[in-house]
Order: sequence, then structure tokens, then C-alpha cells
Amino acid sequence: MRRTLAFGLGTLAGLVSLALAMAAHSAGQPMLATALLALAAAALWVYGFSSSLALRYVFPAVAAALVFVVFPMLYTVGMGFTNQSSQNLLSQAQAREALLAERVPTPGSQRPFHLLDEGGALRLWLPPLPGQAQGLLSAPWQGNAGELQATAAPVPATLLPLFDVVRHTQALRGLSVLTPQGQRLQLLSLRELAEMNPVFTPREGGALQDQLTGTLYQPDARSGFFTAASGERAQPGFLVGVGLAHYLRIFTEPKFSQPFVSVFLWTCAFAGLSVLGAAALGLLLACLLEWEALRGKAFYRLVLFLPYAVPGFLSILVFKGLFNQNLGEVNLILHALFGIKPAWFSDPWLARAMLLMVNVWLGFPYMMVLSAGLLKSIPADLHEASAMLGAGPVQHFMRVTLPLIARPMAPLLISAFAFNFNNFVLVSLLTNGRPDQADAALPAGTTDLLVTYTWRIAFQDSGQQFGLAAALSTVIFVLVAAVTLLQLRLSKANATEAKH
Amino acid sequence: MPIVRSPNQRWRLLAAHAFLLLLCAAVMFPFLVVLSVSLRPGNFASGSLVPQAISLEHWRYVLGFAVPGPDGVLIEPDLPVLRWLANSLKVAAASAVVTLLLSTTAAYALARMHFTGRHALLTSLLLMQMFPAVLSLVALYAIFNTLGTAFPAFGLNTHAAVVLAYAGGMAMHVWTLKGYYDTLPVEIEEAARVDGATPWQCFVRVLLPMALPMLVVVAVLAFIGAVIEYPVASILLTQQDQLTLAVGAKLFVHEHNFRWGDFAAAAILSGLPITAVFLLAQRWLVSGLAAGGVKG
Repeated sequence: MRRTLAFGLGTLAGLVSLALAMAAHSAGQPMLATALLALAAAALWVYGFSSSLALRYVFPAVAAALVFVVFPMLYTVGMGFTNQSSQNLLSQAQAREALLAERVPTPGSQRPFHLLDEGGALRLWLPPLPGQAQGLLSAPWQGNAGELQATAAPVPATLLPLFDVVRHTQALRGLSVLTPQGQRLQLLSLRELAEMNPVFTPREGGALQDQLTGTLYQPDARSGFFTAASGERAQPGFLVGVGLAHYLRIFTEPKFSQPFVSVFLWTCAFAGLSVLGAAALGLLLACLLEWEALRGKAFYRLVLFLPYAVPGFLSILVFKGLFNQNLGEVNLILHALFGIKPAWFSDPWLARAMLLMVNVWLGFPYMMVLSAGLLKSIPADLHEASAMLGAGPVQHFMRVTLPLIARPMAPLLISAFAFNFNNFVLVSLLTNGRPDQADAALPAGTTDLLVTYTWRIAFQDSGQQFGLAAALSTVIFVLVAAVTLLQLRLSKANATEAKH
Repeated sequence: MPIVRSPNQRWRLLAAHAFLLLLCAAVMFPFLVVLSVSLRPGNFASGSLVPQAISLEHWRYVLGFAVPGPDGVLIEPDLPVLRWLANSLKVAAASAVVTLLLSTTAAYALARMHFTGRHALLTSLLLMQMFPAVLSLVALYAIFNTLGTAFPAFGLNTHAAVVLAYAGGMAMHVWTLKGYYDTLPVEIEEAARVDGATPWQCFVRVLLPMALPMLVVVAVLAFIGAVIEYPVASILLTQQDQLTLAVGAKLFVHEHNFRWGDFAAAAILSGLPITAVFLLAQRWLVSGLAAGGVKG
């Protein structure tokens, strides 16, 4: 009975995943269809044929990790070897098509226009050119217009306001007006029509020729642009592989490597000090709140958890207001007490101190909750025993609590370090990396973490250099992995030492 | 209960209370300021902590009521705060469920079973969650864009896409749960095994009930993590009615349009449900099931 049920469910799941893969394939995504099939096949093997019990328990997590963590990572690494940017997103064929579709107005052919309404039908009115007595009035149209013949006419009585032009933009884009002189005018802007010509004509070997200047643009597989002999580039470019070019830039160009190193050092200091501060405070509080003689524990727990309960993005923005140099409450208090008004946002060291303070404020409740959870697993008898033997609170903590809590806590501390190493939200919302460093090839801040620095290159810098940002992300991953392995080794060494 | 009491216990208690109260003051200070700002009239007011004049304009705005503008004309709120809050709660609840489904069984295998690749898997899970989604934003955007062409329900601007993208965050929770399973006594499961329970029954009937406190902790952490997540949501969601609160709140404090009062009211409004969730979970955090199990 059970076996039949399992077989039926398995068959059903198989059919569903086949249908999904078919849908993906028919939507023009063969890669996605293949991935879905591979995932389904793996699931079928794990739950139908594999004899490994552990694999069945681990499979959902492993599959999710592969799809949502490892795959985007590999995608990022791959992107680091390309020139992908806002200018280099398309394939060469798509970029060529886009360039061929580009139109420019014939110089001097621009004419202003207005719309007028004739009982539901629309007409275009082109005011007379200098030296002419009459303007041009197009044939009326409704809905989508094609080609409209225009004839000379006197100035109409009423014209529609620009607002109605905006409303009919879609129809206006598709129409063309034929003048008695044989011109073919198309929409140039919301106020003007003009004779529009393709910018480029296709030439042999995938090249493009500018119709006005006659310049020949050859596709350049190294830079990813259609390039003229003079070095001039046609926009948009296309996506090509650039090999290690980004990495060479990061590590060998001094203008680039110097800010990179300083950002890296600050990232390490920030993450280390944040974890240290938050963990020490959190553990201390957790121990205090375990103390049976202490009254009002529920109240303290509630209040001290609040920084974690309130979403970080909100409290960070609140702190941004509180630390404001002239209006912020922090400086109002400091001014009243000591007569000082520190410039929290324009002095690099004060900005760093502020980030650390805010981060400990944000981070200690999490540490407190985790420590409290771990303290729960320490048998209460141990506390009684050490009290019987005359140990004070400090001695009890050092000899009993800390050794018991250190091992389960180590991976959590490493996670916290990694989290703060990449604490994008705090830095981007509080200082956004500012104040900026004086001389860097790309904008880099004195409080920038590696992630916010990368984010700037990918999304704030004018070029949106995704390829370069992806290469930087890859470097960050290697750095984080190295730090993590080192820490794991250290904590393991500690554990074996403690046993001897 | 310690039997031996130190003679200077009273002073220690006083010192502990003083320290804790000082810290409570540091914690409450920003919240009190925000509460005060949300009740002051105007968006730029900087005044005393206790507002001289109480105005509910920011609260009316945040709750979606029309607010009289400077010229007396009623202005409809342009930012749907309540909608964003609902979106956030929806995404976060789904994300917490997904996280639990993915992580509980894996943590069980990692804590109790010995199989080849166990250590490698633990290490790679740890490594994985250190490569956060922030670093793969462009990749995630491209992936969900592609997915959306085949399955629009999981494309850009859907909450399903955000929940899926958050599923990668379960690696950390596997570790947290595994660490907790490790502290639970294996003897109880062994006893169940002797009585004829299958591994699955051991897991569902014996271990999971004991691990309930940590399951709640993990669910709460996943929930809060999803509510406060900003970078991924900000690239996957762009339509204003689809935004989560984390993405929407920034619109209040735009550099050229800093609406401090409206922001303060929205901040309090959104902080409250999450606090409520924790308060519900807190009851479970205190119980000591494991200790009782060994004694019995």
C-alpha cells in the first residue's frame, strides 16, 4: 500500500516537472528546461533509487543551495570575465539590429506641429514656415494612423494642448505625414516632426556605415563595440569576453588598487570590531538575565531585544537623523553637555566610529538571544555545583559557561563576521560610503565596505560596469572564503587544545 | 537555585540594575525620539522630546487617510504604506515556512547521521551563506528575468521571486539548527530506535518536539530577516504596489524630499507587528525541554 502510494506520488511529481520543462522550452528557454529536468532527475534518483538515507534528508537544502546560492555565484564569476555593462548588454547581432533601427532627422527638416480635434477625428497642423502664407493640415484619422497626406491650409481655430499630444503619443509614433513637396515627416519629439533617416547602412562583414559622414564602423570583438578607424565607438556595444582584463585593472593599476586595499582594510576592521562588541555585550547580558536573583528580567529582555525587533533599515535611517550635525538629537545633547558638535558624516574617523556604534546597537540583541539559547542547554546542576564549590560569578563564567558555550558559538560568530563583512544595508543607508577618498579612479569612500564599493561600480557609476563589479565580487568571495577557513581552523585548534 | 549566597549580592544586583537601566535608556532613546517626531506637526520640526503640540497628520497619512495640505486642500497619501506592510508580512511568512522546510531535515542528517561528505557539506554551507545575495544581485536579476519569460508567476515584480531568492539564506539556519540538535541528548532517540521507531519517526516524533524552541527561533529569525532585507527586494520589485516596506521606506527619506515625520510614523507602524511576532515566540524560548528529558 505504502509502496503504491509512493510510486504514484513519484510518477505525479515526474509528470509535473516534465510539463514545467516543456513550458520552459516552448517559452524559448532551453537552458532553463534542461536545469529543471536535471533537478527533477536528481530528486527522482535520491527518493526512488538511492540507498543513502542521509541524502534524502539533505537533498532539499542542497538543491536550494545549488540553485539559489551556487548558481548565481558561478554566473557572477562568469560575468567577471565579460565586458558586461549598461552599454554592453546585447549580443553582437542584437546590437547591430538596434543600430540599424536608429533614425536621425535630416538637418533642416524639423517642423513644429499641433493636434486638432474634428468631431472625434484627429488632424495634425503644421504652422507655416517663414516666408510661407499657409501651413499644412493633415488628413483626419482615428485610432492608429498610417500615412497621412497633408495639404496647404489656413490657420485652424482651435488647437489641442500639449497634454493631448502626450495622450496620443503611441498613435503619433506610428504615423508619417507626406507633404506636398514629397517630404515624409515622422515624430521627432512631442513638439516636432522631421524627415527621419536611418543612421547606418549595413556593409559587408557585419560592418556599419554612417550615412551622413560615411565613416565605416567595424565590429571589434575585443572591445565589444562597432569601432571606426579613428577609434570612435557606436553605442550600444555588445557583450564579449575580456579574459582577465578586470583583474589586471584591480591589482595592477595603482589608481585602482590603492582604494581597493584601503576599503579592504576598513571592511576587516569594521566586521571584526562589530562582532567583538556585539558578542561581548550580548553574552554579558544573556548571563546577567539568567541570574535568578535579578528582578524584572522580562522587562529587560523585552526592551533590550527592541533594536533587533525593529527592522534595521528603519533604525539605520533613524540614526541618520539622530547623528545629523546641526539638527540631530545626539549633537544637541553633546552640545548641551560638552559644547561640541562633532561632524559625524564629514570626518572619516567619526563616520567610522558612528558606524561601529550603530552596528553594535543593532547587533547585540541577536547575540543576546543566541547566547541565551545556548545557555539554556547548559544543565542547571553545573551552576549549583560551582556555587557549592565557592565559585563567584566571574569564575563560574570563565570556567563553566565560556568553555561550554564556545564551541557552539564559534560558527555563529563566524557567520556574524561574514554578515558584517558584507553589511551592505547599514553602510549604504547610513553613510553611503562617504566621505569619499580624495584620489581614486572610480568613486571610493572612506567608510565604503567592499560590497558597497562594488555596488557603486555596478549601479551608481555612470557606466554601470557589471563585468568589473562581478570581478570585484569574485575577489570578495575569495577573500571571505580565506578568512572563514582561517577562522574555522583557529576554532578547531582551540577545541583540540582545550581537550589536552 | 544556587544554595550559596554571596554576602555582597545586594551590591552586585544594584550594579546590574544600574547597568541594565543605562543600556535600556540607550536602546529606548531613538525610539522615543521617533515617537515624538511622529506626533509633531510638520516634517522638518526639530524640537523638544515631549512635543508641545500634538498632531496626528503623519499617522493619518501612514494609515492612508487624506491629509490637509498647506493650502487646506485634502491630499491623498501618495505612498501606500499599509500595502507595503502587507507585502512584507506575506513575503516574510512564506520565507520563514520555506526556510524551515528546507533546513530542519538537513540539519537532522548533519547532526545525527554519519555519511561521506558530511563535513564537506557543513563547510560549504558555511561558506555559501558568506557569499551574500548582495554580491550576486545582477546575476539574480538576470535569472529571475529569464525565469519570468517561461513562468510569469516567478518573474520580476512578483513576491514569489523574492521568496525564492531568499531561500538561499537557509544555509545559516541549517547550521543554527544543527548546533542545537547537537546539544540535545541522543539517548532518547536511541531509546525510540530500540522500541522500533524508523529514522523518520525518530526525527518527527522525538527530535522535532524537543527542538521546538530552536525551530521557533529559526522561524523568527527567517521572518525578521525577510522583512528587513533590502538589496534583493529592491532589484526584483519595482512596481510601487508590489514593494515591500524595506524598499518603500526609502522613498520617505529621499535626499531632496526628507519626510521625517511621515517616516517616523511608518517606522513605528512597521516595527510593531514584528515586535508582536517576537513576543509570541518568546514564550517558547524560555522552556527547557532538553534538561527535563534527561532527568526523566
